[in-house]
Amino acid sequence: MTVDVGLREPPQVSGGEGEHGHLDELRIDPIALMRRVREECGDVGQFRLADRDVVLFTGAQANEAFFRAPEEVLDQAEAYPFMTPIFGEGVVFDAPPERRREMLHNQALRDKFMRGHAATIADEVETMVGAWGNEGTIDLLDWFAELTIYTSSACLIGSKFRHELDRRFAELYHDLEQGTDAIAYVDPYAPIDSFRRRDQARLGLVELVQRIMDRRGSGPAATDEDRDLLDVLMSIREEDGTPRFSTDMITGMFISMMFAGHHTTSGTAAWTLIELLRHPAELAAVRAELDELYAHGEEVSYQALREMPRLESAIKEALRLHPPLILVLRVVKEELEVEGFRVAPGKLVGASPAVSNRIAEDFPDPDAFVPERYLEPRAEDRANPWTWIPFGAGRHRCVGAPFAMMQLKAIFSVLLRNWDFELAQESDTYRNDHSKMVVQLAQPCVARFSRRAVRSGGS
Amino acid sequence: MKVIVDRDLCQGHGVCESEAPAVFSVGKNGVLEVLEEAPPEELRAQVEAAVRFCPTHALRIEED
Repeated sequence: MTVDVGLREPPQVSGGEGEHGHLDELRIDPIALMRRVREECGDVGQFRLADRDVVLFTGAQANEAFFRAPEEVLDQAEAYPFMTPIFGEGVVFDAPPERRREMLHNQALRDKFMRGHAATIADEVETMVGAWGNEGTIDLLDWFAELTIYTSSACLIGSKFRHELDRRFAELYHDLEQGTDAIAYVDPYAPIDSFRRRDQARLGLVELVQRIMDRRGSGPAATDEDRDLLDVLMSIREEDGTPRFSTDMITGMFISMMFAGHHTTSGTAAWTLIELLRHPAELAAVRAELDELYAHGEEVSYQALREMPRLESAIKEALRLHPPLILVLRVVKEELEVEGFRVAPGKLVGASPAVSNRIAEDFPDPDAFVPERYLEPRAEDRANPWTWIPFGAGRHRCVGAPFAMMQLKAIFSVLLRNWDFELAQESDTYRNDHSKMVVQLAQPCVARFSRRAVRSGGS
Repeated sequence: MKVIVDRDLCQGHGVCESEAPAVFSVGKNGVLEVLEEAPPEELRAQVEAAVRFCPTHALRIEED
């Protein structure tokens, strides 16, 4: 392939004079950095991350090129060096679309399993609120992070495994998620506190899984009804009779299976609740919708979960304003041409849900929480498939998106019908912590709950 | 009516199979097979539901 002399190199954003370019700014205020790239450079501009250029794409045209590119051109596997110490060596971060289709088929995410998952999730929420009493406070990060450990382990690994877990698993998992400092682009094993805690947490998780395996190994054999993924993995043997998978490998597989759906769903649940509490009229509309849907004691099953335009719109708007992933990355394998710019092999390219989701031309009043924008005829998510990108887009769109939406609807079906909530802090003190690549709510993030007095007939 | 699949977008979730089992089938490898490229009119409601609820918006109907 010859280089077109008409192509220009992407312009560089201001700042980044330090040793590692814009790394420090990325660790402090990544959204401001990425917005500045768009303001100064337009749809295609670049910043410096340690020894690499990151070409940042924003807007529909550049995003479409990003999300349509095949893996031979833009590769995902090498773009996230901070994930390897979390998953463990040998656990793949991503697979090509063909393989993902196969995995989706095998992995419990298919449509026909959703109804059962919805019931499981509703049970998990009921169990956790069962410990609540009549009123009190919760930390939104801790509470939703624990809940989503139970729901994702129950749905993806098995209910037997879920019931062998407790809070300790959630706490260790949180330390893993906090071990995603962008310093990993310089050295994933740099001697910093969050990486030490990450490595200790992974060892702690292996130990918990080992104890579960020991108990299972010495107990009665699994029956067909209660056999879960852990039983299956433990039963696979080499020809000489030794186990095929070590505890470390099994733990790595479980960590990776749960990773994509954990902090993302947990954070979105918290932000949906925060935004609804900031907007009482929207909350009232969502509750009226739920009260009507469940007026005759319907089960929280997938069928009942399908059509909830008000709640779905509130969730979508929370996702647009507070996308759990603010920057998705790829490594350039083959030269790419986008909007007249040459993107050279070896560079990183990024698309930013945090920036693209707020482009004013596509989303009028972009910083405001306006769930109505998803109702017909505006339908701004469908109308902007390359800029409404909380789940990515195209070939690499999050395969867990339908599961996530179902899960969030199940969670709020239980919470909002039976409980009243209030913000326990000033509204503007709820914000995300952007110091890690895995974005989570900054603590404290406390909300008050109390048992709802009237279930229906107005509130 | 004719059913059109955008193979770039389809991830094999199988929602269409649940909505219109006579028209769609997702195989063991996760690949969608369209059993009826031009489904009969009496299946229209089912096919429209499949299009509407497809999580990746990979389906559309083309009228004859």
